[in-house]
Order: sequence, then structure tokens, then C-alpha cells
Amino acid sequence: MERTLSTPRLIRRLLLAVVAMFGFGFALVPIYDVMCKALGINGKTAGSAYEGRQQVDETRQVRVQFLATNAAGMSWDFHPKADQLEVRPGASNEMLFVAYNPTDRPMTAQAIPSVAPAEAAAYFHKTECFCFSQQVLQPGERIEMPVRFIVDRELPGDVFHLTLAYTLFDVTARHPPVAQAPRTGATKENPNG
Amino acid sequence: MSAVIEPGHTEAAHDHAHGPARGLSRWLLTTNHKDIGTLYLWFSFCMFLLGGSMAMVIRAELFQPGLQIVEPAFFNQMTTMHGLVMVFGAVMPAFVGLANWMIPLMIGAPDMALPRMNNFSFWLLPAAFGLLVSTLFTAGGGPNFGWTFYAPLSTTYAPESVTYFIFAIHLMGISSIMGAINVVATVLNLRAPGMTLMKMPLFCWTWLITAFLLIAVMPVLAGVVTMMLMDIHFGTSFFNAAGGGDPVLFQHVFWFFGHPEVYIMILPAFGAVSSIIPTFSRKPLFGYTSMVYATASIAFLSFIVWAHHMFVVGVPLVGELFFMYATMLIAVPTGVKVFNWVSTMWQGSLTFETPMLFAVAFVILFTIGGFSGLMLAIAPADFQYHDTYFVVAHFHYVLVPGAIFGIFASAYYWLPKWTGHMYDETLGRLHFWLSFVGMNVAFFPMHFVGLAGMPRRIPDYNLQFADFNMVSSIGAFTFGATQLLFLFIVIKCIRGGRPAPAKPWDGAHGLEWTVPSPAPYHTFSTPPELPVEERQP
Amino acid sequence: MTRHPSAWMSFLLWLPFETVQAAWTVNMAPGATATSRSVFDLHMTIFWICVAIGVVVFSVMIWSMILHRRSTGQQPAHFHEHTLVEVAWTVVPLVILVVMAIPATRTLIQIYDPSESELDVQVTGYQWKWHYKYLGQDVEFFSNLATPIEQIHNQADKDDHYLLEVDQPLVVPVGTKVRFLITATDVIHSWWVPALAVKKDAIPGFINESWTRIDKPGIYRGQCTELCGKDHGFMPVVVEAKSKEDFAAWLADKKAEVAKLKELTDKEWTREELVARGDKVYHTTCAACHQPEGQGLPPMFPALKGSKIVTGPKEKHLSTVFHGVPGTAMAAFGKQLSEVDLAAVITYERNAWGNNDGDMVTPKDVLALKQAEEK
Repeated sequence: MERTLSTPRLIRRLLLAVVAMFGFGFALVPIYDVMCKALGINGKTAGSAYEGRQQVDETRQVRVQFLATNAAGMSWDFHPKADQLEVRPGASNEMLFVAYNPTDRPMTAQAIPSVAPAEAAAYFHKTECFCFSQQVLQPGERIEMPVRFIVDRELPGDVFHLTLAYTLFDVTARHPPVAQAPRTGATKENPNG
Repeated sequence: MSAVIEPGHTEAAHDHAHGPARGLSRWLLTTNHKDIGTLYLWFSFCMFLLGGSMAMVIRAELFQPGLQIVEPAFFNQMTTMHGLVMVFGAVMPAFVGLANWMIPLMIGAPDMALPRMNNFSFWLLPAAFGLLVSTLFTAGGGPNFGWTFYAPLSTTYAPESVTYFIFAIHLMGISSIMGAINVVATVLNLRAPGMTLMKMPLFCWTWLITAFLLIAVMPVLAGVVTMMLMDIHFGTSFFNAAGGGDPVLFQHVFWFFGHPEVYIMILPAFGAVSSIIPTFSRKPLFGYTSMVYATASIAFLSFIVWAHHMFVVGVPLVGELFFMYATMLIAVPTGVKVFNWVSTMWQGSLTFETPMLFAVAFVILFTIGGFSGLMLAIAPADFQYHDTYFVVAHFHYVLVPGAIFGIFASAYYWLPKWTGHMYDETLGRLHFWLSFVGMNVAFFPMHFVGLAGMPRRIPDYNLQFADFNMVSSIGAFTFGATQLLFLFIVIKCIRGGRPAPAKPWDGAHGLEWTVPSPAPYHTFSTPPELPVEERQP
Repeated sequence: MTRHPSAWMSFLLWLPFETVQAAWTVNMAPGATATSRSVFDLHMTIFWICVAIGVVVFSVMIWSMILHRRSTGQQPAHFHEHTLVEVAWTVVPLVILVVMAIPATRTLIQIYDPSESELDVQVTGYQWKWHYKYLGQDVEFFSNLATPIEQIHNQADKDDHYLLEVDQPLVVPVGTKVRFLITATDVIHSWWVPALAVKKDAIPGFINESWTRIDKPGIYRGQCTELCGKDHGFMPVVVEAKSKEDFAAWLADKKAEVAKLKELTDKEWTREELVARGDKVYHTTCAACHQPEGQGLPPMFPALKGSKIVTGPKEKHLSTVFHGVPGTAMAAFGKQLSEVDLAAVITYERNAWGNNDGDMVTPKDVLALKQAEEK
């Protein structure tokens, strides 16, 4: 006969395995994030500002396209000021996005960036982005929001174009805008000031 | 160690046996593995008819192009519930029922290791499915997001009833996990002396491996529905892009559960068929050891292939290659199994009673499902097959002749042991042939419409798909109606029929055939000694 | 097109064998691009390998089922293992798999070609329609199902492209690498054109890419392939490939259309004209949720018949359609429809199904709202 565990001990171990696997299900969330970053699976970019500095690569040009899409239920006017830029790897660039709240109530929005091809997401560094925080617009308010970015010098040679796509979600229900006087002016809440 | 229970010594077996309690409390409170097995099997059959009637609604709507019978919103609820009811209500409980009945009899144990938990794990199921099915009658309708319930359709865009759906999934998960723990404890700790692991019938082996799969993945399913619940009610953003989550993460976690789940639904059938084919070939199973290793390899591989369900969500090249190669590898152990079954039949002395008919059809049709599975594994080709009727054809070829035919084969094989009567062989064969023809007429044309470009889960379609859809529906109606014949056969067999001897099949081996038919309420209260013939697998 | 209305009637008549339109297509089509052809070839290669294996395995089985029956007096053999054979049938399938993996890998790499494209189109999935935007061209439009509701409800004969026809197809030039940037605004959709062998999920908040280079002009049809809710079966994809010259002309026309629409806005409309135009717009754009008779599908999609908003002040009605209702399925149509169509559909709703408001919203009203907001 093989050596066996007594039934109560066996059951304890199995229950432990069940609990561990339940936990593993949740652990898949951070594991997935790490895998996405390492392999560039879903085109997500970093959620905070890139601090590095790079030398400009004058020998190469990359086309960066900008897309702005409203998620369902979002009624803001939201678009980039230009469709695309030709940039040099390593150089710092800026693009302005316009947002306008046409409704009669204050609203909170969150922009979610995504980069295609997904494998290039790791080489796209945002030094400043309106997507790092939520945007509150008063009724009828219009702002211009900058994104500053560097395309990494290490960008693989077979990538000729990058697409930076923002989807704007209405998160007013979850994050009601704090009552405040309508602000005039442009950018705000940029982590890098 | 005295009692080798011999056929015919019914009184001896009853000497130390307490009969079942009477009335309803027998079934409500029973801890007897045979009673619980019976409950599971009846429950599963009810769910099979319920899920089947939903399939009839689907096929009736698809009988012709245009909307005739149901509206798209209800159609989606039907496809969703059909999948959920068949997977969690029909196939899985049927196997748990078979395990309850047969594993103690096969390994010479007096009962399952945890009889009270056994009762509880069964009675969770009617509660879970009562809850799930009741959502169909709520204002916003029942789950309508497919049995794979992809976020955000199942979270942000779900009907109100999704919360009940989540709770029902939790209950089913708890039930399955308890059932699995029970099987592991029984198989590992309650084997009769001399019944080493490598002497167990293959059904015990495949169930042991299935139980480990259940323990590994059902908690992950529970995790994923819990995350949904939190997203819907507690403001988290696991799968909500607006809060920094990722809907694709849902699919990764779901399929981490979902792919092993596919094998959970097929491995026990592998085991049962590995008992049935040798019996009716009158020859020992070919390659017992390689069968065990093949099953274990399939179970292992099932954990590293999940993303083949997601080839079109935008996986990088390396990911596609890895999951494609890993998936293709599954063909190797699966092939070993098929070759082993064929070799078992080779130079046997074959007869084709109903269980054997279902088992042979199982091997042939499951192999066809395996071929389409191999085609689906090829990532670039999958870009064309993905989410078309080709996929529907594939998984119905694996699940209907695989899981369902495996269950029918087992039911006919062991009915004499359960009821003490032989079933009506003529009707049994009729049931087989009608099922076989109906199933192929229903599902084979789905390959064609899928390749021609018909997406799955649509209530209406272009005229070019009309003819094959009508054929499919006719086959499905045939297959569906035929299952009422099965109900009749089983009732007839319970009520009477030619008395079954302890061992109704001359080629059968195993401890279950050493007890009388019907199996007494209590068996193997003293561990049996293995008959000489059982000393080698 | 002789489809009988009754399913049972046709069952009895065994209609499929009578009709000339019978299409017993049993296989994938090679398609219209180099990629689709290599996918097709790969599909056929794998298929024939499977057939060959199947023939061998099933022949052995059937042989045994015929010759090794007990009724033929067969005595069972007793062998139950054979190491050499078992090793062989593990190794041989492995070799076959490698043979399959080589062309599969080659095709996959071909599909993942990252080279520069000549035209970029953003494809956005909505419940339940597609939106196409030609990047850098100022051309964008929605592509709605064009099949009339009467055909779906069997009140009219179904035409050849039933459920596979749209009001405005995606037009692309032939011989040009076109890149698709695919996303969605609500749930996951999937954009599939079989003839191009392009199928990619459209995921809200994420961008996916794919590409094609079509050889010859033609119309290629496909459908959404990811369950996306009620009308998943009713959001076809139609791609029309034109020669490069024709495409350029089409693009110019499309840009001119914007100007033409402006003219329409300036025109003086009567209520009857608007209602007539709005009838069409309603049935393409609104009827999927609010239903053809305005009865809605509560609680998800409220009825418009007798609705407070529709029978209330027209400014509120216009603003609701224009901006949508956040937190519900009601989208903001201000960007999706032209001024004329917005005015028409609102006027239609206010005068249909016994909502006898008797008033009208003119394209100029809509324009005024737009301009007020853009200031």
C-alpha cells in the first residue's frame, strides 16, 4: 500500500488548496498586469509620468497617430488638435486634446490610453498626461489638455507608426464632481505641474 | 477479511444492512452513496431535458431565416441558459452521480468518505438551479451574455438578474468542490486492501484527476464571478476600462477555469468508456498505464492552453505561437487514448449491446471533434473559425458524443446493477440509433455553415445558411425527442424486466460485478478481497 | 425568393430541395487577399491531414468491428500492451504536428506583418453598428444595417444580402495596405470579413490593429462575431473595394457630401417632409431599441409612445437625443446624425404613434443648439 494521509488531514489540505486557488484567481490580476508590461499584451501604458531623459535619434522618424473616442454615454466633444505627428525617437513632443462639456451639469471624465501596436506600448513614454487623473468640466466648459511624450530610442526597427488612442469615459456617477466655481483656463491636475 | 461477496448471496449481504428510510426524508437526509448517486443522476436528467428544451427553442428559431418564434433578447437568454444548464446542470452532476454510485463499488468501499457532505453538496444544486432558472421570469430577463459571460456585457451592460446568476454560480461551485473533495478522499483512502492505485478501474483514475482539476479551477471561477460582483456592486474596476481595468483580463481568468472545465466534462467519460469497451471486446484494456499517463498529461496541458480561446483579442505573436503549439500538443495524449481503445477492440470478440454502441460512437465522433479541435488550434486558421458555427459544431461533437454518449453508455452499462433488471435491449438500440443519426444531422452541417461564414449566437441569418440550418434543426428535434425514449427505457427498467444477474455482461471485470443486482443498500461493509482476475489491471 | 411564411409549411414541402437559391456551401472560400488565401491553404492542408489520420484510425476500427465480432466465432486475443507500438503512436503524431506547425507559423508571421500602411481607418463598434473614420481625411460615418424590418419579421421577401447589407459600406482602395484600428465604445464586438481573413475584437478602452490588402474590386461581407447584446446578429460589416481612381473620387464625393448636408440644413422644411425623412432615420437608427412602434423594451429601452420627453417640450427632447442619457443605453446622437436627420427623427417621434404634438424641430434649431455649444 502507498502511504496515505488520514482523511481529516487530506481534507484539510484539499480545502487549503481550494482557498489557495481562490486567492490565485485574484492573484492573476497583478500577474496579468506584470505580464502585460513585460510582453506588451494589451497596449496599456504606464499610469504615471516617465522621468527619464533620452538623446534624440536624428536618423529615424516615427509616425504617431492620435485617436479620441467617446465611450458609450459620454457626450463631451473630445478630439486631438491634429491627427498625427512625425516624431524622432528620444525627442519630447506635445499634443493637445480638446474637451468640451455641452451638458447642463458638471461631469467627471476619465481618459484611458491605449497604444497600438501593443508591443510598442512599452516604448511609448508619457512625461505628462491628462489621463493620469480625472477631469472635471463644468457645464459649457472647454479645456485643452496636453499629453507630452517620448518615443523610446529602443523602439524596435520594424515599428514605423504608433497609435495613441484615448477613450473618454463618463465616471460622474462614481466620482461626483466636487461643487466648485466654474474654472476658466486650460490644463489642470498635471502630476508634473 | 472473510467476505468475498459472491453473486447470489443476497441474504448474506443484507444481514448487516439497514434498509433505507421511508418516504421523502430518505431522499432529503440520505447519506447513502447509492441514494445520492441516484439523486444526482435524476437531477442531471431533468436538467438535460430542461437545457434540451432550450436548445429546441434555439433550433426552432433558427429553422428558417427571419424572426418567427422568439425575439433576439430572449434568444440570447436561451443560448446562455442552454449552455449553463447543460454544462453545470446536466453533464457535471451526471458524472458526480456516476462517481457516487460506482466509485465505492469499484474500489470496495462501504460508502463515500464524507457521506454527510455528500448530501449537502447534492442539495445545493437544486437551490442553485432554482435560483438561476427563476431569473428568466424577472423583469429584465435572465442572463443573456452567453455561458462565457464576457465582461463588460455581463457587468456594466448586464440585466439586474446577474447578481442571482453570480450567486447561483457560487452555489454550483461549492457543490462541485465538495463533490471533488469527496472523490479524492474516497479514492485515496477507502480502497479495499490490495486495490493499489494502478489496479483501480480507469474510471476511478480519470475521476481522481478530474477531482483535482475541479479543486484547482472551480475556485478560480468563484474568484472571477466574485470580481464581477465587486465591479457591479462595490465600485471596483477589475474588468471596467473606465477605472483602469481590462475586459480582456476577464477572459484570461475565465478561460483559466474554462479550459480545464472542458476536460472535467470529458475525462470521466474516458474512464467509463475504458471499462465498457474491454467488456464488450472480451479483452483487457490495451495500455492501461499509458491511459493513466495520457489522462494526467491532458489534465496538465489543460492549464497552459487557455488563450487559444482568445486568438482574436489581440495577443502578441509570441503569445499566439506559444498557445498554438501547446494546444496542438494535446492531440498527442488524446491520440494515445483513441489508439488504445481501437487496439482494445482489435482481435477482441465483439458484441454490440447498447453500452458498446454508445461507446464505439463515442470513440468515432469524439475523434471527429478532436480533429476540428486540432484545426481550431491552428491560430491563423482560427482567425476564420473563431466564434462561428464551426466552433459550435466542434464543441458539440466533443460534448454530445463525448460527455453525453459517455453518460448514456455508462447508464446502460450499469442500469442492471442499479435496478436489478435488464433494460429493454431493442429500445436501447433504437435510442442509440436515433440519437446517433439525430446528433450527426444536427451538428455536422454546423461545420459547413461555420466555414461559410455564419457567426454563432445569432438569432437570424442570411439566406445562404438557410438550408443547412433547417437540416440542423430537424436533426436537433430528432435528437431531442429521442431522449424521451431514454426516460421511458429507464422507467421501464426500474419497474421490471428480466432480472439481472450479479454480472450481466460476460466480459465484465471489476468489484462492482461481485455484488448482487440490484446492489444492496449497503455494500462492502467489510472490505472485499480482490478476485484473482482483478489482481492485474 | 420564395420563402414561405410558415416554418411548418416549408418543412412539409421540404423546401430546401425545391428552391433554386439553395446554397449548400460546405467550405471556406479562398477570399480576396494574399492572407486569406494562405489561411485557406493552411485550412485545407490541416483538413486533409486530419482526413488521412481519420481514414486510417476509422478503417482499423471498422475492420475490427466487422471481422472481430463474436458472431464470427472470434476468440479474443489477450494482449494488453506493446511498448514499441505505444512509443510509435506517441512519436508519429508529434512529427505530424511539427509538419502542421511549420506552415501555421509561417502564415501567422505573415499576418503579423508590421510594415507601413497607406491608409488608416478607425473601426469602432457600437451597440449595434459600426463607425468608420478615415484618419487624416476628415471622413467618418456610421454603417447601419440596411435590411428593412419587414424582411426580418417575414412580412416581405428577403433579398440576397439579407442581414449582410448596410446603408454606407466601408470603402477602401484595392492594392493598398489598409490598416484598421479597432476599438469599441460599450461592450466587446468583433470585426470580421471572411474574404479578407480579418477578424479582430473591438474592446472598449483598448485599441487593436489589423490590416488588409485587397486584390480586386468587389463587395465583401461579414458580421460582428462577438456576442454584444440583443442585436448582435444585426450589425453586418460590408467592405467595398474600389480601384484607386474610383476610391479617390468616392473620397472627394464624401467630402462634398458634408457641404451638401449643410445645404439641406439651410433649406426650409415642412413638417410632412421632416416626418417622411424621420421615418427612415428612426427605423435605421432608433427602432432596434425603441422598437418599430415606439413601444420600447422596458426596463432597458423605454417606450417613446406617450413618453414624457417625446410629448413634452421640444427643447428637452432635442437635448436628450443630442446628448444622450448618461448611465443608460441612450447614446448621444449629436455627433452621429446630421442636423437634418436629427430634426427629422425628432419631428417624426413627436408626430408618430399617437404622440400628436403637432410641432416640429427644424434643422436650424439643431444647428442653433450645436453653435451655442461650440462657443
